[in-house]
Amino acid sequence: MSDITTQSLSSLVDNIKNKKLSSEEVTKAFVDRSEKSKELNSYISEDFSHAIDNAKKFDQNPNFDLKLPGIPMAVKDLFCTKNVRTTAGSKILENFIPTYESTVTQNIWNEGGILLGKLNCDEFAMGSSNETSYYGNVQNPIDKGLVPGGSSGGSAAAVSGQLTPITIGTDTGGSIRQPASFTGIVGLKPTYGSCSRYGIVAFASSLDQAGPMAQNVKDCALLQEVISTYDKKDSTSIDFKRNQYCKELNKNIKGKKIGIPKEYRVDGMPKEIEDLWQKGIQYAKDCGAEIIDISLPNTSYALPTYYIVAPAEASSNLARYDGVKYGFRAKGENLIDMYEKTRSEGFGAEVQRRIMIGTYVLSSGYYDAYYLKAQKVRKLIKNDFDEAYKQVDAILTPSTPSSAFKIGEKKDDPVSMYLNDIFTVPVNLAGLPAISIPAGHDAAGYPLGLQIIGKAFKEQEILNVAYAMEEKIDFKNKITDWWIK
Amino acid sequence: MTIDLKTIKHISKLSRISVDEQKAEKLAGDLNSIFEFIEKLNELKTDNVEPLTSVAETTLKFRPDKIESENIREQIIKNSPEDNEDFFVVPKVVE
Repeated sequence: MSDITTQSLSSLVDNIKNKKLSSEEVTKAFVDRSEKSKELNSYISEDFSHAIDNAKKFDQNPNFDLKLPGIPMAVKDLFCTKNVRTTAGSKILENFIPTYESTVTQNIWNEGGILLGKLNCDEFAMGSSNETSYYGNVQNPIDKGLVPGGSSGGSAAAVSGQLTPITIGTDTGGSIRQPASFTGIVGLKPTYGSCSRYGIVAFASSLDQAGPMAQNVKDCALLQEVISTYDKKDSTSIDFKRNQYCKELNKNIKGKKIGIPKEYRVDGMPKEIEDLWQKGIQYAKDCGAEIIDISLPNTSYALPTYYIVAPAEASSNLARYDGVKYGFRAKGENLIDMYEKTRSEGFGAEVQRRIMIGTYVLSSGYYDAYYLKAQKVRKLIKNDFDEAYKQVDAILTPSTPSSAFKIGEKKDDPVSMYLNDIFTVPVNLAGLPAISIPAGHDAAGYPLGLQIIGKAFKEQEILNVAYAMEEKIDFKNKITDWWIK
Repeated sequence: MTIDLKTIKHISKLSRISVDEQKAEKLAGDLNSIFEFIEKLNELKTDNVEPLTSVAETTLKFRPDKIESENIREQIIKNSPEDNEDFFVVPKVVE
């Protein structure tokens, strides 16, 4: 039993299909390990007994044609799950029980997936360390006292710590890729419009995308195949020809042109990150790819642009939390007083800060100077990528400017926290797909990731590059189970 | 430019988030350091650049204006902090 949780998703699927394992055995193994892993604080809500019941039901009447036959899976608590509490990591949604299901999770259940529970995340996905969650910070399975990254921190810790075989996160500015990098796993942010946003608690609607987080590239491709569908319930869902990402996965990237953007060599970047990047370039060459130096001249303007666009969209998305229709309500002397106290007591400090920034940049007299300016710079950033993709098929960069940091280390300095997303944010602004794969360790033994950025809708291309490089890198995550007594 | 306490109070009113003096001062500090960082955008000339509002280069799809979910009153009201089974209840707004 004990080795079940170390298996990849693909081998669990095979073992269930070949009747070597039942869904119940697999589900119980992940439930047991999750029960022993409370110290990681990965879960906000557990749904274990339900999961075991559903696994038994699957075993009684199995359908082995499904892509995730009886596979248990915990998901980020930003996806609305029907009749299962969904908090978005916020006090304001502490008692919110959706009466509907997000499209992405529905796609998973339709293919045989079984919900284990809801995973911790930064409040409304606003954070890079999982420290803004109302439900407490998450421990990185790599080492005690280390952040797992964010905002999909609980998701990353749960995959890395083997509490779930695979999971889904969301990525607005790096929230899948940065925690994947910090915990030594694979994370894919798909093209904007690839996965439906219906039923995902909204943060910044022009940037938000759901995506898979997995132990390896193949598992990641399999889950992407399941979750990426056109959905008329999301007006920005795009109806394009989707690949069968797992079936079509192949390691032949000979002759592929891979760009190395010089602007990602930022001031003060640790030598280990530069070394990792150079190693990555060598691996890509070893796989037969052609390396081309490129320029993305407006890269350094991406973060300031993001910190206008994302809070602006958040301030209007979060206007719905008014203590009337759902969520927490504080007592007030009158309607306005009730609104103001509800939002002051219901939202945490980071969320309030971002609502304030967003409100300010959209307010009368400042709109042109900030919001309109940012939208124009966003266009320039997208143009940079369009220009680069005339020469190359994909772009290779580090995923993050450092390895995972200590809990509390950056909490009181918002700007230094925001700098974490320096390599991931441009991708969201341009709406492109990108994958982070684990590629090495720093001196402390903490994992480091490489990011492969693709052309819009070319998920297959970057999955193939990642698949080829993964074999050369041969990364082994150093998980000691320190939290299991 | 710097964001003073008066501006913080104004934004907090627009945001419908109450702030006391202590919180206002903390916010002013945070917002000033964030805007200092944002001001970098002024280095760029953008006079002739078209703003990018959406990366999805498709026009929004039209659909027939048809009701698809009926009788969901109970579901809609289910999560409200206060209701009388038919309507949401809020503090009195008309004397």
